[in-house]
Amino acid sequence: MNWYGLYTLFGKEVWRFMKVATQTILTPIITVLLYLLVFVSVLEEHVEVYDNISYTAFLISGLIMMSIIQNAFANTSSSLFQSKMMGSLVFMLLPPLSSFEFYLAFIGAAVVRGLIVGLGVWIATLWFLVLPIYNIGILFIFAILGSAILGTLGLIASIWADKWDQISGFQNFIILPLTFLSGVFYRIETLPEFWEKMSYYNPFFYMIDGFRYGFFGVSEISVTISLSIVSIFFVTLTAISLWILHIGYKIRY
Amino acid sequence: MVTAAVSISHIHKHYGSLHALQGIHFDIPKGCFFGLLGPNGAGKSTLINIMAGLVRSTQGSVRIMDHDVRQQWRQARYALGVVPQELAIDPFFTVYEVLRLQSGYFGLGRENKPWIDELLDILNLTDKAHTNLQKLSGGMKRRVLIALALVHKPPVFVLDEPTAGVDVELRKVLWEFTTHLHQKGHTIVLTTHYIEEAERLCEQIAILDEGKLVALDDKAVLLARYPYRLLRLSLLDRNIVLPTSLQDKVHSFLKDELVLRLHREKDHIGSILDALRIANIQFSDLHTEESSLEEVFLSLTHKDKGK
Repeated sequence: MNWYGLYTLFGKEVWRFMKVATQTILTPIITVLLYLLVFVSVLEEHVEVYDNISYTAFLISGLIMMSIIQNAFANTSSSLFQSKMMGSLVFMLLPPLSSFEFYLAFIGAAVVRGLIVGLGVWIATLWFLVLPIYNIGILFIFAILGSAILGTLGLIASIWADKWDQISGFQNFIILPLTFLSGVFYRIETLPEFWEKMSYYNPFFYMIDGFRYGFFGVSEISVTISLSIVSIFFVTLTAISLWILHIGYKIRY
Repeated sequence: MVTAAVSISHIHKHYGSLHALQGIHFDIPKGCFFGLLGPNGAGKSTLINIMAGLVRSTQGSVRIMDHDVRQQWRQARYALGVVPQELAIDPFFTVYEVLRLQSGYFGLGRENKPWIDELLDILNLTDKAHTNLQKLSGGMKRRVLIALALVHKPPVFVLDEPTAGVDVELRKVLWEFTTHLHQKGHTIVLTTHYIEEAERLCEQIAILDEGKLVALDDKAVLLARYPYRLLRLSLLDRNIVLPTSLQDKVHSFLKDELVLRLHREKDHIGSILDALRIANIQFSDLHTEESSLEEVFLSLTHKDKGK
């Protein structure tokens, strides 16, 4: 293992997003606060979620996870795709870094950005509400797995895409619908039967539900099942991305 | 003991129906200043990218300092520094930051700082060390690319068209710098469109054309292999009628200068001058020129058809 090379690439990726922290950290936090203002003021009295849990608390926990995973995706997809388009990716392909080291560095940075934004959202929402913490370990496990999954999806998307349009298509037609239909804003059992069933096929639902369990100790589905499904999804995507990197798809011709 | 810095063995590369490299097979000796020439699309960059692991060959193998680029890719990459043709930069970082990062990718930490400082100094980049790469001129970016390729002190240094589009001053700096590296024992592989650059710097030359190796030899041998020389005449009157025997020897005829291409063995200068005198063609000056690499290149890549 080229540990120092891996550490340098990971550090470079973190350094990159910290250099533009207004765009990569502050903006997503403000976006979530706007969501919160609008949804809470309109829906607080109208939506029932769990007994003894307010809609605001329910929504904040979902929004924290949503911001974590969306920013993890944005980190790998924008960084890697930009490097690919500008040609600077070559400086990461020439050194003795394996596919696994490359993967770990990019996903590690995506997880760090996801966690920083999630933490920022949590701190910003303290003004609205102090969330209870039922199990901090569960919170971290789902936050890390969720951001690693979306970071991996960002990596796959950026390697696959040939133009910015395709990256934004991936984000707008796959990531965004799956996030919005994952139960961030509502409990899926309140949906019509068809959409409720469809939600069980959405892996993002298990990330949100498991993460929320970490705050409240209640969930729509067993946290063990959520953890298993999220883990399987993570392992599958990791295997796909490592294979893509190994064969050099669209990066080593 | 390994004598080849780069060993290229029966390399084929297909891009769909395009056979970009067709059985390329040669060695680049250790410590050699090696020129890789060829017209656009000949396959030079593809071959270099295969050496660097950026492109994978369809068939065949490449070894860098006896390390297979596919099987022993880590060792092969440690041994190779490549200056890519495109001016690719990372817009987020300064010159010093990208050098530190590139050094880190090769597993080198603070201990490599003196060498980074030396590179900045040699390439006249010290005063730009803390400038963002985006704000550099094209020439300065080219220098940064060279520093990046050398940051891990590779024994084999490859420059893919390093002087394309750079001004005369920078070209001179690059020539001096690569010569200096060569003297220190580095193996230098240079691809260039400027034939005079290869002629001046390189000891051995390979010429690729349409994916095939059409020549590989010491520069002197390659030059000697071309059997022609030029006879340059400054005419007193450009309105002349050339004797039939000389008409197929005209290399160029511009303004008052007539250039004849003569075979070293078959064409005797005395006979040529006799023919000119009989045809009453008068001239104020004449001199002969030995063949240049450019003529060798053109003859081997069939770009001199019709001459």
